[in-house]
Amino acid sequence: MSKIRILAGTKKGAFIITADGKRKDWQVSGPHFGGWEIYHLKGSAVDPNRIYASQSSGWFGQIIQRSDDGGKSWHTPGSSPEELQGPGGFPRGESNKFTYDGDAGTHKWYDGSQHPWEFKRVWHIEPSLTDPDTAYAGVEDAAIFKTTDGGKTWKELPGLRQAKGHLWQPGAGGMAVHTILLDPKNANRIYVAISAGGAFRTDNGGQTWKPINKGLKSPFELPDPDAEVGHCVHRITLHPSRPDVLFMQKHWDVLRTENAGEQWTEVSGNLPSDFGFPIDVHAHEPETIFVVPIKSDSEHYPPDGKLRVYRSKTGGNDWEALTQGLPQKDCYVNVLRDAMAVDRLEPCGIYFGTTGGQIYCSADGGDSWNTVVRDLPPVYSVEVQMLK
Amino acid sequence: MIRVVLPFHLRKLAGVDGEVELEVAAPATIRSVLDTMEERYPALCGTIRDHDTLKRRPFVRFFACKEDLSLEPPDTVLPEPVVKGEEPFLIVGAMAGG
Repeated sequence: MSKIRILAGTKKGAFIITADGKRKDWQVSGPHFGGWEIYHLKGSAVDPNRIYASQSSGWFGQIIQRSDDGGKSWHTPGSSPEELQGPGGFPRGESNKFTYDGDAGTHKWYDGSQHPWEFKRVWHIEPSLTDPDTAYAGVEDAAIFKTTDGGKTWKELPGLRQAKGHLWQPGAGGMAVHTILLDPKNANRIYVAISAGGAFRTDNGGQTWKPINKGLKSPFELPDPDAEVGHCVHRITLHPSRPDVLFMQKHWDVLRTENAGEQWTEVSGNLPSDFGFPIDVHAHEPETIFVVPIKSDSEHYPPDGKLRVYRSKTGGNDWEALTQGLPQKDCYVNVLRDAMAVDRLEPCGIYFGTTGGQIYCSADGGDSWNTVVRDLPPVYSVEVQMLK
Repeated sequence: MIRVVLPFHLRKLAGVDGEVELEVAAPATIRSVLDTMEERYPALCGTIRDHDTLKRRPFVRFFACKEDLSLEPPDTVLPEPVVKGEEPFLIVGAMAGG
């Protein structure tokens, strides 16, 4: 029987949560790196026991951790005694060194002036689909870095910031590359999303990038209706069977594209609010998508105190509320952008974590929900692995 | 032998218990102590001072002999009691947050 492993990043550490394929009896391990903010951790698609974690604090900055045994033990890549004694030199203590390429330049600041780019932390790590030593890091201030040596060293792919980076601007949560999607059918194609820069695509492995924001309307944030960049994209997602079709949860609006981002169409339909953070796709139904509506950008909690996941089986526009097993009164948590994931079991499992420290799981495609764990620190990210 | 006290989170990161003892060539300065410690414990690189500029991180402070050395130049020679190992060099996470 398959085993499920949830990787949860929280405000005060990482948690690794496991169960068998029934997805009922969960075992919680953690906190790992207790007291540190864990923005994200994710396992390699080709070696599930290889897990990368982004650990940070306001005091001591950024740390990259790596596990090669499924989270039982961790190390900062390139700093082990064995590597220190290795011949021919080594990249010592540089796994947390994220230096912008060349002159870092400036971006737009809150008051409209230009402000220097300053590295703050890694928001998201996306391991390669084919090589466990290769991974991408989305960072604040917004940029993408790549490692090809298992996280020992990181190099920026500077072409992204050349896509009108001087016009990107931080939102309330900062200015970060928070989403990285690797096209499973085209190794040279990568999508990223930035708050508040927009969505971008490369077709040459990260050398050059183009904004893909046509059709996005952001009248409250961007007076220019044709603004090419600067949109506050909260999350994008795709189904691996057809990577040209993407779905987006923007600051306001839910959208889709049929052509790899060349043109977006709003599909918010009958949602009670089209503000939100996460969006994800059913593992076996490419037109079934999930969002968690949040009342507004200034309130950041579910409408009416009811925690409802909304599901569309038509790729948007027609939405149904999923409530069974979720709190339907006095609930004022938020669900952050990286805190939703799906497994590939049959039926598909959907998972999400809240700022109230709960992680919920649906083992029946969203029809009903169970609590995995109740009282963690605020959940920043949720990833799911299927293990044999 | 210079004794260094690290804050809890950096002790865990470096994998040490209690004080760290370092052999530092004379004259021992703030910079040479940090250089030696990062060489011994590479996982600490970037956590006390910036990788590139080597500037102290804003919420990290240095103390010795009841004196705040945080704002002293990196090449400041450490007090004699620290050099002799009679007093520790303290690296402290500043009180911040809520």
